[in-house]
Amino acid sequence: MSRVHIEAIINGEPAEFLTAAHETLLVALRESVGLTGTKEGCSTGDCGACSVILDGRLVPACLVLAAEAQGRHITTIEGIARGDALHPIQQKFLEGAALQCGICTPGFIVAAKVLLDANPNPTEEQARYWLAGNLCRCTGYDKIIRAVLDAAAEMRKAMA
Amino acid sequence: MQAVRYEAPSSVSEAIRLIQADPGASVLAGGTDLLVQCRSGFKQPTAFIDVKRIPELSGIAIDAQGLRLGAATCAAEIGEHRELKRRWPGLAEAVALIGSTQIQGRGSVGGNLCNASPAADTPCALIVNRAECVIAGPSGERTVAVEHFSAGPGRTALTRGELLVAIRIPHPATFTSDAYLRLTPRSEMDIAVVGAAVSLTFDAHGICTAARVALAAVAPTPLLVPEAGRALVGTRVNDEALARAAAAASAAARPIDDKRGTVTYRRQVAGVLTRRAAAIACRRARGN
Repeated sequence: MSRVHIEAIINGEPAEFLTAAHETLLVALRESVGLTGTKEGCSTGDCGACSVILDGRLVPACLVLAAEAQGRHITTIEGIARGDALHPIQQKFLEGAALQCGICTPGFIVAAKVLLDANPNPTEEQARYWLAGNLCRCTGYDKIIRAVLDAAAEMRKAMA
Repeated sequence: MQAVRYEAPSSVSEAIRLIQADPGASVLAGGTDLLVQCRSGFKQPTAFIDVKRIPELSGIAIDAQGLRLGAATCAAEIGEHRELKRRWPGLAEAVALIGSTQIQGRGSVGGNLCNASPAADTPCALIVNRAECVIAGPSGERTVAVEHFSAGPGRTALTRGELLVAIRIPHPATFTSDAYLRLTPRSEMDIAVVGAAVSLTFDAHGICTAARVALAAVAPTPLLVPEAGRALVGTRVNDEALARAAAAASAAARPIDDKRGTVTYRRQVAGVLTRRAAAIACRRARGN
């Protein structure tokens, strides 16, 4: 099977990997690049567990071919923290126990980061609609939404 | 899956050559339908022709002729375009309804047209706005009105070697606006039981001079309903005219029974949504 050589910027660092033409970015990230923080849920774009940021856009990595990543910028859950310092969204997820099994958590955090980067002060309704494509089967969503809104408040305070 | 090729042409002519050379190749835009169909085994392309690196297929431009929407422009980019939302609020509504935030970052209007689902949201909003598909092929370019693009579930007017490049929409006349409504059991992440798009134009005295109504998920293709439009033209779009348009929409609907709704229910809802979308378009147009 022919392999395609891909060079991309992943979490701010140049990265290269080999992929098959039909392989998804999700599979390549996990199996070729070794970034297993991005989770596989449905693999049909319905659950949001594999959310990554591709050239500034929130996308499901299961519906992106790895070959499409050539020359693109990708941010995964591994690129959200700054060194040892957790991102405020991550911190609030921990403090608020906004996770149980954890499979959906990376997708929620990546999706929430894109929201807060664009809108530092979302209403609860805006946050719920933005995250409607991220499914969690454990928590009932309330703690997740609260964690995102708490993180937003903390980030606004830090900016002030 | 068998070994497949990935190609990312940088020009329309190169893409057409690749599509023509391999009858098993599939055009890849956002991939939100295609890659799911590949995973389920419904489609097994021999090659993916990724058209997102072709400049003509990306971006939104408004010029003297109207709106030009690159076929592979993602839904999120459309939702961020203020001028598009101001001039075609109904089209923006239809695009914003598709999928999740994540799907919006990938899925495109061109892909929505080419997937040719009878329940697709964007075709009806395009149809009422007199949109045309710009199609490039081996023998040059042609245009097809959006109401003639779908040929049934999963089938389009595209012939071998042809590529949907862009969608063009003429500028709306003064006192014109549009609206799109759909019924879904859930508020997000769902597919239309019925959808209705309406565009209305008024004269300076508040009389409707042009009306277009199109319905989704009530026929094998998006359905333009001229009778519903005629029920509104010449009126002030009062309750009586709205009731006649609703009746015409229900009469024109020829839905199927499936897990999302019955024939009787869909016929009824087609009328209700037509009436409500017309009332919204009316309010918007008079405000313009």
